[in-house]
Amino acid sequence: MANSPRPIAMIETTLTINGTRHEVNADPRTTLLDALRHHLGLHGTKKGCDHGQCGACTVMVDGERINSCLALACMHDGDEITTVEGLGQPGNLSPMQDAFVRHDGYQCGYCTPGQVVSATAMLGEAKRGWPSFVSDDLDTDVALTTQEISERMSGNLCRCSAYPGIVNAILDADGQQPEGEAGAEIVNLVLEGAQ
Amino acid sequence: MDLSNLNPFSSSDHRETGHLKMDKPDTSRRLDEMQQGVISKSLNRPDGPLKVSGTARYAAEAEADDMATGVLVGAIIPKGRVVSIDEDAAMKMPGVLGVFHGKKLLRNPAQGTANQAPIQPDGEVSYMGQPVALVVAESFEQARDAAITLAITYEEDDDGVFDPKIAEKEKPDGKQIDQGDFDAAMRDAAATVDSRYTTPVQSSAPMEPHASVAQWNGDQLTLHGSYQMLNYNKNELADSLGIDVKNVRILAPYVGGGFGSKLGIAPEAVAAALAAKALERPVRVAMSRRTVFETTMRRSETSQRVQLAADKTGKLLGLAHHASVSNLPDEGFTEPVAAATHFLYGGGSRRFTYEVARLNRSCAGSVRAPGEAVGMLALESAMDELAHELDIDPIELRVRNMPEKHPESDIPYSARNFEDCLRQGAKRFGWADRRPVPASRREGDWWIGVGVAGAARSNILGESKALVTLNADGTALVETDMTDIGTGTYTILAQIAAEMLGLPLEKVTVSLGDSELPEGPGSGGSWGAQSSGSSVYLACEAIRTKVAKALGCAAEDLTLKDGIATGGNNRKPLADLLDGPIAQEGHIEPGATMENFDQAGYGAHFAEVAVNAITGETRVRRMLGVFAAGRILNAQTARSQCHGGMIWGIGGALHEELHHDTRDGHMVNGDLAEYHVPVNLDVPQLDVLFIHQRDDHANPIQAKGIGELGISGAGAAITNAIFNATGVRVRDYPATLDKILPYLPD
Repeated sequence: MANSPRPIAMIETTLTINGTRHEVNADPRTTLLDALRHHLGLHGTKKGCDHGQCGACTVMVDGERINSCLALACMHDGDEITTVEGLGQPGNLSPMQDAFVRHDGYQCGYCTPGQVVSATAMLGEAKRGWPSFVSDDLDTDVALTTQEISERMSGNLCRCSAYPGIVNAILDADGQQPEGEAGAEIVNLVLEGAQ
Repeated sequence: MDLSNLNPFSSSDHRETGHLKMDKPDTSRRLDEMQQGVISKSLNRPDGPLKVSGTARYAAEAEADDMATGVLVGAIIPKGRVVSIDEDAAMKMPGVLGVFHGKKLLRNPAQGTANQAPIQPDGEVSYMGQPVALVVAESFEQARDAAITLAITYEEDDDGVFDPKIAEKEKPDGKQIDQGDFDAAMRDAAATVDSRYTTPVQSSAPMEPHASVAQWNGDQLTLHGSYQMLNYNKNELADSLGIDVKNVRILAPYVGGGFGSKLGIAPEAVAAALAAKALERPVRVAMSRRTVFETTMRRSETSQRVQLAADKTGKLLGLAHHASVSNLPDEGFTEPVAAATHFLYGGGSRRFTYEVARLNRSCAGSVRAPGEAVGMLALESAMDELAHELDIDPIELRVRNMPEKHPESDIPYSARNFEDCLRQGAKRFGWADRRPVPASRREGDWWIGVGVAGAARSNILGESKALVTLNADGTALVETDMTDIGTGTYTILAQIAAEMLGLPLEKVTVSLGDSELPEGPGSGGSWGAQSSGSSVYLACEAIRTKVAKALGCAAEDLTLKDGIATGGNNRKPLADLLDGPIAQEGHIEPGATMENFDQAGYGAHFAEVAVNAITGETRVRRMLGVFAAGRILNAQTARSQCHGGMIWGIGGALHEELHHDTRDGHMVNGDLAEYHVPVNLDVPQLDVLFIHQRDDHANPIQAKGIGELGISGAGAAITNAIFNATGVRVRDYPATLDKILPYLPD
């Protein structure tokens, strides 16, 4: 196998992340995800598959959600990027983040930043009338039913399988009544039949 | 057993020492006497705000100056050996710092609780994808490039074994059981079932890929790792490296899912440690998703034959469960397929056989509920077949076959409530509306049906220690090397300490995931909550004894609530009562109650499915799980665990199937696009109900494991519902549309 030495060509990229301007001087092969995690110390955005298959790396670029593992950092020169850190921090959580805590919309927490960012952007998509695979009508306003939410969130895998809590958190953040007991405060503890 | 002869306080030494060996049931149920009112409540996780804001740090996110990055290189032959590696060419590539291979690399992860190094094959290759080198460079991009182009010369053997159907099988000693005259039972029965079921290879696929950051300070190794059982992992890592365990520290405060795949030390940890030592720099190695699939544990495929012999009332006379599974050569783990079959149902004549094929496939090990997760798919389908054969309600059939004592060992059960789970579930689910004749309910293009299955998962108590410190300012600290892999350990340990010490939850801090802290049980086998929780409880009991002495009352008379101690005629805030912090270690050990009583969590799954009459596609419309698992420590996190198990049940029933090519053993679909874990739209809102239960034989907090109970049997409720909807009995999991469509009724 021929291996000719190659110089390390770096590339300068300007990214505005959560309102702060950053200069990144990195290998041009650096993904937006790795730039965030390993060049800028923003570990909130997670790497689950590095192939656009799991959604853990979801960020917003100019307000729209993308898989940051499928984007090179240098492709986003000059772009406005929002990561989970930009939505809110402990003590000052965004309504979506807070709803995820209250509805136990996570377990291990690894897919969670991607879920939260994706859900936040998804509400905007629905408001703009973007239809989905389960929409009955492509031209009318989108009613965010549980099925619409589930479909629109199916690009974000959760192996702990917190989906019922995730859906309820999104319903809550959208100002709707959560469904089923996953939104209830107390699980039923049946007293009869106790040993 | 007559409990009245047992003085609940006979072993109350633990209230002084904080140590308890579980030789007798503890009927004191002390947690029920406490006053703070936080135990069992649906409280939010204290670690939640960190997780939703991206602040919680996982293994690969540890930072250090001068960090280098390593990428593992997998073998491209299934069997043979590495002859040479062209290190020189790699070292000429930009940024490359080193290529590491040789005697210490691991073939595969350690099996759960191995406590020693797994096989270190020194270049011998046993499966495709086996890590044979680590390339380390200044950056990830450089390391990845050099790893992809690394030239390795192999000598390939031509005697690899890849197909479990034609492989020779071993029959492990001690796993074959023949009780009574099973053949006679089958011969004499009014009704029999004799069915073969298959389940495919499955993968844990936790969302966080396995990762380690290794850093040396002289002879001291610190490893930030994504691991479930630090008490074992530190020994496995030290043994792999040939160093004293005193020189190893593992940190795992947050673990992005495990499900068994992070039980044992894995190749990336050892490789990172070796490279970091040689380079005298910190090294980060995060597995790629494909590497996770290929080099961490898979669940073995199974071929199972279940035979049931019953009289005309449905009472079992005989029961047999035969299992054929596989693993790599020289791996001790055998998927314990019939784990629940041994104790769930009666039938005097019983036969169990196991056979293991030695394959050149990725390593088989524990995946969520090893044994029950796949074994109960077969057993609970067979029970449904028997119910149909005899025209008996499937719930009644199960109730008629609940044995008085363990049908093989003849020991009694601890708290069970299996019938309550089925009956309560039937009521809540609307089972009475079920139409017993298959394919009798149609809505538009959809056939609708319902199914039920039992759930059971053995309960285990593991030795565990925890240090609890009560401070005079009314705060407390819980410290143990136990992990929280999403299970809720931070939350429930805080709740136990808060309840026992009479503190609001937010006054309790829990520190986990540091191997230098007192040794907990680790997360695995669903034993974490009750084992670690018991050690925290015992530490708190010892603290209460000291507080009672300071207050001048008996420990039994002490009330602690909201930071105020009351007892005798005294009432004092902790701040006035205590001179300084009280620190106590709690230590629980399993004892005779685990030998003398069969302990398990029980449950019942109910599912309603819709099967499309045109495509054969199955959608789960609703699902209910009812569980009896001792004291529920936090209803919300327990429910989330059950959701997880039930959704894994959906995956096992309908989607998940990892393929290995039978020509060369290579993994065909080792990524998250082609290995189909359930996605949000696959899952309806799920209903979970807990039966109020206290298991005094289990441990002093009367709690039992729940993380794996939720998956046990869940998928069978779905395939039983498919049968009820369509009359099609799918015995080869997953029930994809190709197995249903040709047989649908007109």
